[in-house]
Amino acid sequence: MTASIKNKIKTSFTLRGIEFKNRVFVASGTFGYGDEVRKLVDVSRLGGIFTKSLSWKPRAGNPPQRIVETASGMLNSIGLANIGVHTFIEQKLPYLRKLDTRIIPNIAASSLQEYCDVLELLEEQEGIAAYEINVSCPNVKEGGLNFGTDCSMTGKITASLRKLTNKTLIIKLTPNVTHISEFARTVEAEGADAVSVINTLIGMAIDIKTRKPKLSTVTGGLSGPAIKPVALAKVYEVAKSVKIPVFGVGGIASAEDAIEFLLAGATAVQIGTMNFVDPVISVKIADGLEIYAREHGILDMGTLVGALDADLKFSVLQSWL
Amino acid sequence: MCGMVQQLCKVESCDEVAAKTFLLRFASSEITASAQPGQFVNVLAAEAGEGPLLRRPFSIARVDGDIVELFFHAIGTGTLLLSRKRHGETIDVLGPLGQSFRVDADYDTALIVAGGIGVAPFPFLTADLLKRCKRIETFVGYRNAGQILTSHLQNIHIATDDGSKGFHGNVVQLFEPFLDRTDLGKAKIFACGPTVMLKALSELAKRKNICCEVSLEGHMACGVGLCQGCPVERTGDGSKYALVCKDGPIFLTTDIIL
Repeated sequence: MTASIKNKIKTSFTLRGIEFKNRVFVASGTFGYGDEVRKLVDVSRLGGIFTKSLSWKPRAGNPPQRIVETASGMLNSIGLANIGVHTFIEQKLPYLRKLDTRIIPNIAASSLQEYCDVLELLEEQEGIAAYEINVSCPNVKEGGLNFGTDCSMTGKITASLRKLTNKTLIIKLTPNVTHISEFARTVEAEGADAVSVINTLIGMAIDIKTRKPKLSTVTGGLSGPAIKPVALAKVYEVAKSVKIPVFGVGGIASAEDAIEFLLAGATAVQIGTMNFVDPVISVKIADGLEIYAREHGILDMGTLVGALDADLKFSVLQSWL
Repeated sequence: MCGMVQQLCKVESCDEVAAKTFLLRFASSEITASAQPGQFVNVLAAEAGEGPLLRRPFSIARVDGDIVELFFHAIGTGTLLLSRKRHGETIDVLGPLGQSFRVDADYDTALIVAGGIGVAPFPFLTADLLKRCKRIETFVGYRNAGQILTSHLQNIHIATDDGSKGFHGNVVQLFEPFLDRTDLGKAKIFACGPTVMLKALSELAKRKNICCEVSLEGHMACGVGLCQGCPVERTGDGSKYALVCKDGPIFLTTDIIL
């Protein structure tokens, strides 16, 4: 009986003609290239894998210390350490494309040309479902300013990449701006198919014995459950202001968290930092979503997207009682 | 990393065996079946929201039947929570992880050098070396007599910083003159401890032309190479960094820059 009901629940969704089997993904930089924990995680249970960021050449990344645990979260300054797109194509993609899930390379670059070069090279490959663009990188030509905090630059990257591909183009937005929805509207206008909301928040920690910053780069990116309420608010803001789908990401640690993101307007979610704590958490969350759907008589997970009950008078009153 | 598992393991016991130093014993026949000396486990001490977010890495100190033993210092929230685990409670363990000591190399005498809690991987290594009929000399350094751990080690030489037991000074000072002995045959050093100690030892090994393997500690989130959080600079061409979790924690000192 349970199985027959389970079979009726529609978990899949479609983006630019590509079907994803469910709404749970693993976030870029938190699942390597899919092979590190292949014996533990049944990735066929996931909507897809966002790979570690890829740049044109391999990047060594930042010197240690790259990681600091903070209250309910962590700071990182990995420095986009990656094997480079060529090695990815030779050594990782042949394995990845055999997996029964969607593969979404994440592209990071330090110039507009590099974004285009990496994407064009990936365009020649089989087995890629979509691209996610990490715009939270320093723009070397413009004095190291972050692309992603410059709205016109973010738009320009989107427009340039749009011309190069017919595949789904997802722009990962940084929350370190005044109005994230302006950035979302801009990339939507320039042809993005979806946005990922949010990348890490800038944070810092200091060792009071040595008076030195704990990270070698002084500041880093804050992630984990600590940022979930911020991410949820940003997803809510963006989902209200654009028509393209939103991938909700930021501190998701349970199916309940994932449901909150769907209700706030996310079409799908990405699990990030919690993969480090529990490599199989994404599968547990996918299971949890189905259990929730079954318990609440939901036949299509899509009906949860943006289904926030915004009768504020009622909810404010209820929160006071 | 072929035998890696993630499982809830039953704690057998957790006892303070020296000042703030605990011996945690837990059951896992899967881990004991595949673990090699020098490998580590990544342990989650508490449920979500009840303690630190991330796992904590610990060298496997010894395996005893189905029991895995860990030594750790209770110094932060995570290790304090772990130190309070009692018989029958569970911990979430990911392991065994990382590379092991290369015990099958060509040498007659294993020279083990440990600083403080750096002694952790050596009871396991000692058991393996005994099976291989290697001669073993073990040098351990502690701040004071209250911290000394020597169980399941062989031919032990002790140094304390305050002179409260054994040699008065650090473990490298105790160890260095020993290398001039002529009866060692071909020697190999296995070491674990604070970075300054490993650095001094690495220079000594280079001077004396002795192979030296060290077990490193690193700030890491996942323990399996996902987070890329634990780099150590490597020598030679190729990529600039190795990862402590995946490429280590055991490294030849000639392969890395400490």
